[in-house]
Amino acid sequence: MPKKSFRQAINEAIRQEMERDERVIVMGEDVSGGAGAPGEQDAWGGPMGVTKGLMPQFGRERVLDTPITESGFIGAAVGAAATGLRPVADLMFVDFMGVCFDQIFNQAAKFKYMFGGKAVTPVTIRTMYGGGFRAASQHSQCLYPLFTHIPGLKVVIPSNAYEAKGLMIQCIRDDDPTIFFEHKMMYDDEVDVPDDPYTIPFGEANVTREGDDVTIVAFGRMVNLANQAADKLEKEGIGCTVVDPRTTSPLDRDTILETAEETGRVVVVDEAHPRCNMATDISAMLCENIFGALKAPIKQVTPPHSPVPFSPALEDLYLPNVERIEAAVKAVMNTGVVRAAE
Amino acid sequence: MQLSRDDLVKAYRRMRMIREFEDAVHEEFSAGNIPGFVHLYAGEEASGVGFCMHLEDRDYIASTHRGHGHCIAKGCDEKAMMAEIFGRKDGLCGGKGGSMHIADLAKGMMGANGIVGGGPPLICGAALTAKTLKTGGVAIAFVGDGASNQGTTFESYNLANIWKLPVVFVVEDNGYAEATSSKYSVAGTQVDRAKGFGMPAVEVDGHDFFAVWEAAREAIERARAGDGPSLIHVKLNRYYGHFEGDAITYKAPGEVEEVKKTKECLDIFRKRVTEAKLLSDEDLDTIDTECREYIAECVAAAKKAPMPTEADLLTDIYVSY
Repeated sequence: MPKKSFRQAINEAIRQEMERDERVIVMGEDVSGGAGAPGEQDAWGGPMGVTKGLMPQFGRERVLDTPITESGFIGAAVGAAATGLRPVADLMFVDFMGVCFDQIFNQAAKFKYMFGGKAVTPVTIRTMYGGGFRAASQHSQCLYPLFTHIPGLKVVIPSNAYEAKGLMIQCIRDDDPTIFFEHKMMYDDEVDVPDDPYTIPFGEANVTREGDDVTIVAFGRMVNLANQAADKLEKEGIGCTVVDPRTTSPLDRDTILETAEETGRVVVVDEAHPRCNMATDISAMLCENIFGALKAPIKQVTPPHSPVPFSPALEDLYLPNVERIEAAVKAVMNTGVVRAAE
Repeated sequence: MQLSRDDLVKAYRRMRMIREFEDAVHEEFSAGNIPGFVHLYAGEEASGVGFCMHLEDRDYIASTHRGHGHCIAKGCDEKAMMAEIFGRKDGLCGGKGGSMHIADLAKGMMGANGIVGGGPPLICGAALTAKTLKTGGVAIAFVGDGASNQGTTFESYNLANIWKLPVVFVVEDNGYAEATSSKYSVAGTQVDRAKGFGMPAVEVDGHDFFAVWEAAREAIERARAGDGPSLIHVKLNRYYGHFEGDAITYKAPGEVEEVKKTKECLDIFRKRVTEAKLLSDEDLDTIDTECREYIAECVAAAKKAPMPTEADLLTDIYVSY
């Protein structure tokens, strides 16, 4: 099976869906690049080159460079979806949700419910998230918990290129509004990716490692760090199960609860700001449902409650890493819960 | 293009139906029979009907919080609308939207909108669909003078123009955004703003159905022909408050009464068509009676309609989840 990068996998998914269905269009700031300019056309293919080559193949009528006008074009994508197209809109950085969120959470997310079930809004919003790029506070956030909070939205966080292709095709074919999160540090990461189109269903977690001692639940890029930590810990005799939920909405509660119940010790790894994020959400869910099966307090590995810093020295301190995950696993291994009944 | 006798009857019936609908909602709200927020369109009928008379089901409109009139003008079912406003299960949106979110996509009505300025980007999307799939459809964004100051509206002016979308922007300026006068809140003029985006724009008397209809015809034909968007600034008045319960103390004493005496859109229509002997007073009186009786039926039916139940609470959130 050919190795493909995260970037190539997403590009291939969109391309194959555009070939399959003429209602699929791509729109966003410089998704092609060079519109109206005297120089190279398709100059960028998106800021990270993810949509490169789509405009030459499908033309500017289906690959629309937009002005820098997020409310306008995200709203237009939503309106187009509600009236018969299947747009893939590129919200370049998720941090820019601040200038278009109304069209996502008050319009797209609520049409179906407010209109008594009669609306479908099959819009896919791609967006870049995450730290490590030294992109500072306004270009490094995760923010997927804010979208997860909204009923009516589906939130997808692929952890590698294989996942990205299958989940992107599912997004485009899905009849609900979906937000597809791409970690900006993962675009060059390669894994085996089939050439043919395939889908990965939402709400079905992927268990990437199996072990008896600790369950690690991680999201997006953090899945890879959790896998690395699990591999190192394996050599030290600590077995970890790693759960990649793939989507935060819908959330595969069953797999998380079952694996957590089996090991009785849980670490949740979440790159999002620590208050009201996925780590707190999952911790609460575990406490509410399998409190009696937990052998130690749940550990959350997250950044601190701080904007993302710019300086590499500071950002490295800020972000979760393999060492912190290992330390958290060891901490839950070394903490016992004294149970009076036992 | 001329309005046939049937067109005139249809236009007057829709205007009168909106008035009866809104008066009935006002009465029922005052009596405590309608929950939530309600914003009434009475006084503005000539605008919604003047535009929607040119539209078909393949054409889309996006409305505002003051959306009942646009719904009726676009052909939504009044009985289902009334049931919706009463929060009933067989309402147009199953009782889940209410007055502020009333919609019927099958009729090309993309929804009233609780967010001021929410509609224009959506209507650019509807127009993009029409253009991409070559449906021949057009899309109309109704906004008020309040939404005319929102960034989403300006972004949509820009987007519709650079993409030459089949859009008409209709600024229904009733002089007040909530309790604030547009004389205070709007810099420049709506027409000049449009011209700044390179878009044709005219101002029209929104009390005169025929003036609106003519301006609408031109703009809609232009959009349908692929010649891009335009803007129409419709000057009109609302008879009720911003919302039901608004004491309207910010208007001058007698302001609304004076409008009703001199600029009542239904009277202006009647005078025009009877003087031209196109319709008789009897014709129009019959329509008045029919509309009044029909709306009374809608209210009675809404009151008798069942409420949604717990089984309805969690349906229609997703297509699949």
